[in-house]
Parts: sequence; structure tokens; C-alpha cells
Amino acid sequence: MPTQEVALQEKKELAPQQERTEAGKFYSPYTDIYETADAVVVAMEMPGVERSAIDIRLDKGVLTVTGNIDPKRYEELAPIYSEYNVGNFIRSFTLSTKIASEDISASVGDGVLTVRLPKAKEALARRIDIK
Amino acid sequence: MVLRMTDPFATLLAVQRSMDDAMGRDWFGPLTSGRGAYPPVNVFERGVDFEIVAELPGVKKEDLDIQVKGATVRIHGKKTVAYADEASVHRRERVGGEFDRTLTLPAQLDAAKVTADYRDGVLTLRLPRAESERPRSVAIN
Repeated sequence: MPTQEVALQEKKELAPQQERTEAGKFYSPYTDIYETADAVVVAMEMPGVERSAIDIRLDKGVLTVTGNIDPKRYEELAPIYSEYNVGNFIRSFTLSTKIASEDISASVGDGVLTVRLPKAKEALARRIDIK
Repeated sequence: MVLRMTDPFATLLAVQRSMDDAMGRDWFGPLTSGRGAYPPVNVFERGVDFEIVAELPGVKKEDLDIQVKGATVRIHGKKTVAYADEASVHRRERVGGEFDRTLTLPAQLDAAKVTADYRDGVLTLRLPRAESERPRSVAIN
């Protein structure tokens, strides 16, 4: 496989839709979504977010993922040069497939959250045999 | 085949920013290690020592290689973005590949005392100044 260099991606700050009670910036995490035969998988880049600070909700077909960073980490440090900003992550997706919401599972590793949304029985593709 | 959506304004902003950078002063000075390379870094000062923080989501610890020499730090590694076999991709925004960035700090470093910590996709490098670069109090007679 030819080696490819990682392109720099500027963090996308969210345009405020409504006023928030929490201070700080909100960013939209870079996300990959793919579909396998039995599930929809969402992979989100949320660097600096601990496992316990992630909140995943599925309400009326809208998946909302929130990840909060720990600002205490930077308290003792004096910044002298900066290329990116830090903030919490939030992003919502409207799911077009029926999901078996009780079987949703999620895992996190190296700053990437992976949410597996198994398709509901009625949404599974059925193979049609041709006679 | 996967098509990537690009934002025309993002390109324009990036061009403007790099032009501004070329005209103005870069913190790293007239060295090869400027802004605009992956990974982006934030540099902090903890007392007299330096701390570099970089976000590397999706990079495995074993795929990361850090080297320190003199006042130079090299962050080198590879980021893999993998999908399950036979998956159909709906949205693809994450970018994988190799990266290699060299940063030069404004003081010599004590390479033996450098520590690196990688947690939740964030790399933290603690870089103590070399003994010869530490400030010394002078007694007044």
C-alpha cells in the first residue's frame, strides 16, 4: 500500500444554535459512518475525552453523542504557542434505518468512540431467491 | 468509491492563513518546522520546562515514535482508519496515513528526562530543559 501523509484537518467549531449553560467551546467530531449487513457503525474522533465523560442518546431516531473534556488538565500550564483549540464535542445524526435500541453497544479507544447500532429485525435486508 | 465533500471556504481560509503566516512571524522562527503540519501541537510552559500536547485520535500507542535530540523533537507515526469488511460507507471524514513532524524548541532539552504519555488519543510530552539552559540564581555580595 502506498504511504499517504495525514492531511491537517482544522477542528470544526459548532455555530451556536441556542445558548448553552456550560461555558467553553463545542466542536463537531470527525465521523465515519458505515453499514454492515446487520448494523450501522459510527466512529467519532474525540481526543481527550475520557470514557466516563461520553454520553450517547438515541431519541426518536436521532443519535446524539456528547463528549466532555477535562479542562483541569490545562490549569497549571501557561500556553506559549498554539495551533488548535480544545473544547467539548457534540454531534447528532438522524438515523434512516430502524435500530434495535436495546442492543446498542459502544467502545472507546485512543480517542475514537465507536458506536454499534444493530438494525432492528424488520430493517434487515432479506435475500430473495430467484426461482 | 468514496467521494469526499470539501468546503470551498475552508480552502480559502487555509490559503489566507498560510499567507499570513509567511508574512508574519512564526513561533518556531525561520526553521523548517512551521505551522500547518500534522499533528497540530500546543506548546505550554510548566515552570522552566516545556510541555507539548498533540491530538492524535485513532493512532495506536505502538504506532507512535518520539525522538528527542538537542532542542528538536520528532513525532512520527501512522494513523489507521479501518472499516469492517464488506461495509458500505455512508460518511467518511476521518483521514489516515503517515505523519512525521519535527519541532524545534527555543532551548536545549534533557533528552534522558523526557517523558511521554498517551491517553484518550492525546499525546503529552514533558520536555525538561537541559541543565546548561536552566536559570541560576546569582548571589548578590
